[in-house]
Amino acid sequence: MMSLRETMRGGCAVERSRPWPRHVIDQTGWLRAIREIGKGHGDMLGLWSDGAEVHMLILDRASAELGIVSLACPSGRFPSVGRMHPPALRLERAIADIYGLEAEGSPDPRKWLDHGRWGVRRPGATPEPCAAGGDAYAFLAAEGAPLHQIPVGPVHAGVIEPGHFRFSANGEVVVRLEERLGYVHKGVEALMVDAPLERAARLAGRVCGDSTVAYALAFARAVESALDIEVPRRATHLRALMAELERLANHVGDIGAICNDASFSLMHAHCAILRERILRASHLCFGHRLMMDRIVPGGVAGDMALEGAVALHALLSGAKKILPRFVELYGDTTSIQDRTVGTGRLRGELAQQYGCGGVVGRASGRAFDARRHPGYAPYPELSFPVGSAHAGDVDARVWVRFDEIRASLGLVAQILDAMPDGPIRVETLPAAGETREGAALIEGFRGDVFVWARLGAAGAVERCHLRDPSWFQWPLLEAAIEGNIVADFPLCNKSFNCSYSGCDL
Amino acid sequence: MRKFLFQGLLRSPLTEPAPAPGDAALAELAGALAQASHRRLGRSLSIRAVDAGSCNGCELEIHALGNAFYDLERFGLRFVASPRHADVLLVTGPVTKNMREALERTYAATPDPKWVVAVGDCAFDGGVFAGGYACVGAVSEVIPVDLHIRGCPPDPTALLQGLTALVERRS
Repeated sequence: MMSLRETMRGGCAVERSRPWPRHVIDQTGWLRAIREIGKGHGDMLGLWSDGAEVHMLILDRASAELGIVSLACPSGRFPSVGRMHPPALRLERAIADIYGLEAEGSPDPRKWLDHGRWGVRRPGATPEPCAAGGDAYAFLAAEGAPLHQIPVGPVHAGVIEPGHFRFSANGEVVVRLEERLGYVHKGVEALMVDAPLERAARLAGRVCGDSTVAYALAFARAVESALDIEVPRRATHLRALMAELERLANHVGDIGAICNDASFSLMHAHCAILRERILRASHLCFGHRLMMDRIVPGGVAGDMALEGAVALHALLSGAKKILPRFVELYGDTTSIQDRTVGTGRLRGELAQQYGCGGVVGRASGRAFDARRHPGYAPYPELSFPVGSAHAGDVDARVWVRFDEIRASLGLVAQILDAMPDGPIRVETLPAAGETREGAALIEGFRGDVFVWARLGAAGAVERCHLRDPSWFQWPLLEAAIEGNIVADFPLCNKSFNCSYSGCDL
Repeated sequence: MRKFLFQGLLRSPLTEPAPAPGDAALAELAGALAQASHRRLGRSLSIRAVDAGSCNGCELEIHALGNAFYDLERFGLRFVASPRHADVLLVTGPVTKNMREALERTYAATPDPKWVVAVGDCAFDGGVFAGGYACVGAVSEVIPVDLHIRGCPPDPTALLQGLTALVERRS
């Protein structure tokens, strides 16, 4: 019996795939890979298509090696991964909607991104015009006399992204939650086709606004891998600085927002002040509050402003003073603890099975951090703890965020101290000259963002896939909410803080 | 908690002076708003935000309006949970086709008199997403827009300039 690692190295290796090998394997190999992943020997970190083949990014648990396996689909079908490994189900549905490739044997063949509104079917393959009146959607049933349904969305009560939640409840208790997403599908993968690198980088930075740095970094690193270029050291440090500022701003905002969803507005108000200070410091340093379009293939678009370092040091000393008081305020207020402890518990086995990254995974014992493994510059030179907890409830997700805020504050200080001089960008990117592929796995504040790009000979993007960490977190929210009361849903939802735009693409 | 509360009493507020309403916003609004509605609603507007396909960047900055530095509510502007309670729809995003009907229904559910403010470059003309199979493009192609606040995303000051123009113009 071949191991998962041997399967990942079987078949025919694709030349010019960086930094991880890509092997085109046959159907037997594909099935074996699925079985091995289903048995827990590996994590599926991505499943996507370019229209002709389906690709799967696998992390082999025994060797910790990453690899991409591909299966050609000349007949428009491939054996379903989701049949043995449920985390793949929504990704397969998305592949079917965009590229028309059918996952054979999938227990859930319903459409996902395609709501019957585009006026075309299979826009990524051979588009076929159709009516745009909208398709009916069959929600999963929950049957029994006392059960009732509560439909929520797509337009929600708060200032948040759109999605639909269908609760089946028994009185106050949620028996089943089913999510229906895809409302903000913007067709990013189709817009990427033939896009020059500059436009593609702008698009990547707008897949998910709160993770714009992570996405721009993942895209840039995928392109740089494909072109075999190394960016100057100063650029890697500036990038990491931006990434940590983005992480800080989001985690601080999230802690406040979680508390706000339990009506603990004092915490929310103070977190919002700190978040605003982080955004203002980011603006001073890099000229944009969210640091959009600052990371480009080859380096960074502009150097840090002189007054930036001063602003960051002031921010750091202020944050270090206020943070213990936040911890005290959260930890010592029993009324908020009453809401968060034991609420929305996510079992560790599920987090493992789904390859769930970020705070959500780490609060349930899955200690994966792309900065550590596979790792990328400059993180191997820096020291930082990775937050972790095992309780898996809303409370644990808050504490892991606190851990990560502390770690990021430490990282910002280290990066500022170690900031090398020198150029910030490779001035002219080398021509691709041939088809090349690159990939990158970057730790955003939500978890690992994966980008895979195929560049054409002329240097433009041929295909690009961007996989948000929330693909492997959204389904777990459905599991975590089960048995909780409907009124705790906002709390659970906020503690996950999954991205809509990132998954809908 | 006591420390935070005492500090709130003793320290001066962080809230910054209001920015002047944006000239461009005032020009766009000129003539668009009836005096009659002002008499009916006064200097108070209820806002309902609708994400019609944004990347979430605009939402982050709209959220920031509520923090102590900008304190949106001092202008009589507040966010409400239902379009039924709203005077203003704040719409973001390049209006994805999957959101078009939801946007139309939200608009229909908002009682008259009502105004629509399109926030961000995507809401103005589709932004980087224009031209794809999945987006309609400008918000104005779906519902009538009274004011555009440009930017990717517009920062809270730009948002405040636009929104206060709405109140000023009406007063």
